[in-house]
Amino acid sequence: MSTAMEFQARAVEAAPVEAVEGHSQWWLTWRRLRHDKVAIASLIVILVITGLAIAAPAFAALTGHGPAEQFPNTGISATGAPAGPSATFWLGADELGRDLFVRILYGARISLFVGVVTTAIATVAGVAIGMVSGYYGGWTDMLLARSIDTALAFPYLVLTLALVARFGPSLLMVMIVITFFTWSGIARVVRGQMLSIKEKEYIEAARSIGTSPWRIMRVDILPNLLGPVLVLATLAIPGAIVAEATLSFLGLGIQPPTPSWGNLLAGAQNYYAEAWWYLVFPALALLITTLAFNLLGDGIRDAMDPRTERLFAGAERARLRGRARGRAGAATAAEAGAPLSSTGGEQAGPRKEGRDLP
Amino acid sequence: MRLFTFLTRRVLAGIFVLWLVSLFTFLLFFLRPANTVAREIAGKAPTPEILHLINVRLGLDQPIAVQYWQYLVRLVHGDLGYSFITSQSVNTIIAQDLPRTASVVIGGVVLWLVVGLSVGILSATRARSLFDRIATFGVLAGLSLPVFVLGQLLLWGVYLQLANHGFTWIQTGYVSPTESISGWLGRMILPWIALATVSAATYSRLSRGSLIDTLGEDYIKMARAKGLTERRVVFRHGVRSALTPVVSQLGIDIGALLGGVVVVEIVFGINGLGYDTIHAVLTGDLPVIMGFVLVGAAFVVVANLIVDLCYALLDPRVRIT
Repeated sequence: MSTAMEFQARAVEAAPVEAVEGHSQWWLTWRRLRHDKVAIASLIVILVITGLAIAAPAFAALTGHGPAEQFPNTGISATGAPAGPSATFWLGADELGRDLFVRILYGARISLFVGVVTTAIATVAGVAIGMVSGYYGGWTDMLLARSIDTALAFPYLVLTLALVARFGPSLLMVMIVITFFTWSGIARVVRGQMLSIKEKEYIEAARSIGTSPWRIMRVDILPNLLGPVLVLATLAIPGAIVAEATLSFLGLGIQPPTPSWGNLLAGAQNYYAEAWWYLVFPALALLITTLAFNLLGDGIRDAMDPRTERLFAGAERARLRGRARGRAGAATAAEAGAPLSSTGGEQAGPRKEGRDLP
Repeated sequence: MRLFTFLTRRVLAGIFVLWLVSLFTFLLFFLRPANTVAREIAGKAPTPEILHLINVRLGLDQPIAVQYWQYLVRLVHGDLGYSFITSQSVNTIIAQDLPRTASVVIGGVVLWLVVGLSVGILSATRARSLFDRIATFGVLAGLSLPVFVLGQLLLWGVYLQLANHGFTWIQTGYVSPTESISGWLGRMILPWIALATVSAATYSRLSRGSLIDTLGEDYIKMARAKGLTERRVVFRHGVRSALTPVVSQLGIDIGALLGGVVVVEIVFGINGLGYDTIHAVLTGDLPVIMGFVLVGAAFVVVANLIVDLCYALLDPRVRIT
């Protein structure tokens, strides 16, 4: 008994020393993320692609090939086949003698723009609706939760087909549709988080001193949601990029001659037999970009998880290895309960033990 | 009895979604400036008389409420109207296309679930083994491959290379299985792979996580302690409860499946529902689009219902809520 008390007393004495070393959640997350080679590599890839997209006009000037300019003399062979990769056409040319490299760079502008902007709008809408729905409960919640479910179950392609048939394809239409099918997944997760956070004592305390619901949501709850929302948003971006590419591929999105990765690949459909570069390079651009966002999102999720911290405690490694099975299961339990959007089924899955455990 | 209430509620919710979709398509296609449709049908330089005649014939001169009622009555009778372009009945077009689309969907879904679940179960029972690591990498690569990219890469990497070397079993297009089973298989195998890969990746990850989680539960220890065979422990006790989150995800993914089918049909030149609908969108053939929108929505709603039913059967707790 007395030893236990002594132990406790020592722990209390030691406590302030440790408390001085407190760090913000974001700092801790960054510290863990920094050690995740895959996530950092993905981040660098994303930055490089963004840089290339921004610099697209510079490359157009450098090569002397505009994004929609046709070069019938140099870009197409005497028999009418697209020219392969060379010093003039770095990644080859398409069937009209346009520079594929420049077109892919301009396509990256569209992909990143659509990915980031639709995700941003959908995130704000999803967070707002999810928070209000979860905080107020009752009729508000009934109504909002039902509309979230309806939006989740809504066949989005069907909606797109109907809208495009009626109003014609455009960038705006693509963005509206993608936003519409992204917000609901985010709203659902936020609502779930809200339901558990609003029962916490500090929320009750805030309410008891007469803080308005709006202020409670903004000041006391929102900061707690930012972590999971950041992960969701990072993982929603590749979904939006793929959705844009798919719609453009089907002819329902960005219309040629404006290049987008989707319509480049649609063009490649008739020429892959004689011009492999026409298919392979746009496909690679799309794959590398979506993979980078997916890996970064995974990395951020792992870094947000306090359990990852233990990885740095070297002495515990052996013990960890023995218990990895059970603990990996516990990690999935929290996440598997919240399936996300249709593009993000994998997000609900397990952390990748293969990568983040020693 | 509770199962009954649960299902009734879900059926009502499904009917509500269907009604929303039908209302949405009605407003989208009927609430347009006067004579828009008539002009599209009448051809060049129509006289006002001709426009009026078309409007009367299609019932477009009626008040909007009456039109909506007639539209609902037609829908309930299963009449989807006639194509603007070919004047074929939309019902006929859909009946023609259905076997092709069904071939793609059924094979794809079977492949997706079999591969996804078995990889997931194997990974979970051999967590952190070489197989698990390879599977994890494959899953990540699969997840980042959009269906249309994978489809084209398959055409280029498999179909074209094989054809160049004289293997002509794998083809594009469609042949009815009643005509030639082997021809049908040869044309379906690549579409199935294209459709199944992304989803199989998702599901193997989901089922792996869920099963690892379940196998850590106390009742699994209990089952092992009782001396049950490992196979029995994993399948009877583990997989059954591990499947519930997987099944609930399935409901959400049905809509995405529909999109995948459209893409696969376009890439592989299979003249099914998706192919004809995209064609209809590009030519402005509204009745065909409307037919597909409604049939597609009905498919999603019914599939969701079936998923809900499976969910209720797998997890007794659902019946209580």
